[in-house]
Amino acid sequence: MSPAILLVLALGLGLAGWLAARARAWTFRRDSANGRIAALPVYHAWYVALWIVVPVLLFVGLWSVIAPQLISQSVLASPAASDLPAFGFQRDAILSEARSVASGSAKAVFNEAANGLVEPYRAAISRYNLIGVLATLIIAFLAGAWAFLRIKPDFTARTRVEKAVMTILLLASLVAILTTLGIVVSLVFETIRFFGMVSPLDFLFGTQWGPDPMSNPNSPDGSRYGAIPLFWGTIYIGAVIAMIVAIPLGLMSAIYLTQYANPTLRKWIKPALEVLAGVPTVVYGYFAALTVAPAIRDAAFAVGITNASSESALAAGLVMGVMIIPFVSSMADDSIAAVPQAMRDGSLAMGATTSETIRKVLVPAALPGIVAGVMLAVSRAIGETMIVVMAAGAAANLTGNPLEAMTTVTFQIVAMLTGEGSFDHPATLSAFALGFVLFMVTLGLNFIALRVVKRFREAYE
Amino acid sequence: MVTVVHPNLEDTNAKMSARDVSVFYGDKKAIDDVSIDIPTKYVTAFIGPSGCGKSTFLRTLNRMNDTIPSARVEGEITLDGEDIYRSKMDVVQLRARVGMVFQKPNPFPKSIYDNVAYGPKIHGLVGSKSEIDEVVEKSLRRAGLWMEVKDRLEDSGTALSGGQQQRLCIARAIAVDPEVILMDEPCSALDPIATAKIEELIDELSGRYAIVIVTHSMQQAARVSQRTAFFHLGKMVEYGRTSDIFTNPLEKRTQDYITGRYG
Ligand SMILES: Nc1ncnc2c1ncn2[C@@H]1O[C@H](COP(=O)(O)OP(=O)(O)OP(=O)(O)O)[C@@H](O)[C@H]1O
Ligand SMILES: [Mg+2]
Repeated sequence: MSPAILLVLALGLGLAGWLAARARAWTFRRDSANGRIAALPVYHAWYVALWIVVPVLLFVGLWSVIAPQLISQSVLASPAASDLPAFGFQRDAILSEARSVASGSAKAVFNEAANGLVEPYRAAISRYNLIGVLATLIIAFLAGAWAFLRIKPDFTARTRVEKAVMTILLLASLVAILTTLGIVVSLVFETIRFFGMVSPLDFLFGTQWGPDPMSNPNSPDGSRYGAIPLFWGTIYIGAVIAMIVAIPLGLMSAIYLTQYANPTLRKWIKPALEVLAGVPTVVYGYFAALTVAPAIRDAAFAVGITNASSESALAAGLVMGVMIIPFVSSMADDSIAAVPQAMRDGSLAMGATTSETIRKVLVPAALPGIVAGVMLAVSRAIGETMIVVMAAGAAANLTGNPLEAMTTVTFQIVAMLTGEGSFDHPATLSAFALGFVLFMVTLGLNFIALRVVKRFREAYE
Repeated sequence: MVTVVHPNLEDTNAKMSARDVSVFYGDKKAIDDVSIDIPTKYVTAFIGPSGCGKSTFLRTLNRMNDTIPSARVEGEITLDGEDIYRSKMDVVQLRARVGMVFQKPNPFPKSIYDNVAYGPKIHGLVGSKSEIDEVVEKSLRRAGLWMEVKDRLEDSGTALSGGQQQRLCIARAIAVDPEVILMDEPCSALDPIATAKIEELIDELSGRYAIVIVTHSMQQAARVSQRTAFFHLGKMVEYGRTSDIFTNPLEKRTQDYITGRYG
């Protein structure tokens, strides 16, 4: 509650500073000889407002971290805390119960022992709230006054405000990058730990997968950590079966949409395809597990294949292929549409038919873009998790038979992390090694694809 | 108003004729009632201010307007006496006989060799590799490009200079041995030297084909063409021998345009 109040306070003070600075800049303008000052009044206003809001926000952020600690310390120092159990879980429970009653989020205590602590908590909370508000006001006032005194007719407020805005934008973009970096670093860290227990050679080239989370973590059996069946399953489902579905269908729909469909139809089909890309993958997972997989098994029975599994690489791959169609088609659509109309006219004027023009001029010209689209689609397919979790099965089979169950890297990451092993067991840690490999492969694919697309774009500019 | 046709236009045999042709984009009339005979073995120039419909009319001659959904053509256009808009007309055949070169060079992103071989291949004019080689060389020679590219036939057509690209497009067009070649401002993206080369080429080709060229350059029209048609606001105002149009225009608007008092 109190950080929210402080936030509102910060914004209010900022607004006040904004108005005051603008009024002052107006007077500069009125008094100046030619009605001109170094920056428009509104920039002076923003300059002061930023000087108020930014320090206050920094303080509020800091305060919301340290205030609860200060509060608990002062409560623990109070006489009522003396008969608390010394340490541990019970003591924490009592404290948190008292805190929630004091702050109003619970009505009454369950544990009698907490009763005596409610009052000290209440007192501490209101005391520190007051301190927080006062400190906020003081900071806002000091920073605001300093900024306010700096604004003069010849003060270059605009360049300073622009610099501040640029910095804020930079920080915003850094958040995503730094988070990704953090993820990578932690991934690398855990992967190194894993490879300290299991040899990378066993992991990368072994053909048996079956980590036992209940085994002795200190002497893992390297021969059970061979990830080849997982890599194979991932590639077979995501890059082979799914692409056999997605490439032709995606390409054909792109060709139809760019070359044959009349504009009204295109207006409807293109967004419909894009909606397909927004369907949550778990929904595709249902469809794969409940509809497609049984249908494939029944079909296999019907033609006399009796050992078909009810979970199959084929079911997962087919549905994944359908899921990927929009990616392929929208990239192909963009690249075909980016081939200049002059190219198409040139071919038609030679007496080529529309289909000759598409096959011999447009698709070859758009090929780099199409290939890049396929690579992005593959990278998405091999990272896809829900469909394989629900439809591909858990068996690490190294087989080429699409009717058998197979497992993938993503499936095993989920299985290992949600398994029964403790967190530092090599079986659990193997999830990080798998994630690392997956990350590197998709990163590589995306990197190459984006470079190809960029080169292609340049070629037509 | 009807077109003024110069009386001394001797009766050459017309390769293509248009009779009362109007072209609409949706409801908008872009060409109004144009009739013209395009003689074989001559160069016919279309001149006129921007937006008057030169390109539109040119494109009706090989039905490239078919690619614009809103475009509609009325009237009759014949090639060797056959109506090219009749329902049985094969557009593919028509475009093989009436080739086109565009304002901006548009070689395909293929090798120089494949650019030239494209037309002969799709029309099944050639069989063996040696036949294709022969057609490619002949076309490039005729387009005056052979000496410059004979050692780099496998390079991409888009890697050539603008002027070379345009000559490649001309080579591509003549590789299918058309009867008529339509050129829409073929030199507007080129420098004077490349322009001179193309003009020379047009001159050489005019002995074999009927050539129609749209141009904004009066000098160019005067240099390369034997017939000139002046278009204005969708109408063909005046048509005659180039020398007559430039020295003795019968219409005031024509005179204003060619003397530069216009658009
Ligand atoms: N695709 C189209 N859709 C609708 N209107 C068009 C289209 N193409 C051309 N027009 C219109 O038809 C008229 C004639 O255009 P056209 O391109 O034939 O002129 P032009 O004489 O070739 O001009 P320029 O010398 O500038 O090339 C113009 O008014 C133009 O706006
Ligand atoms: Mg034009």
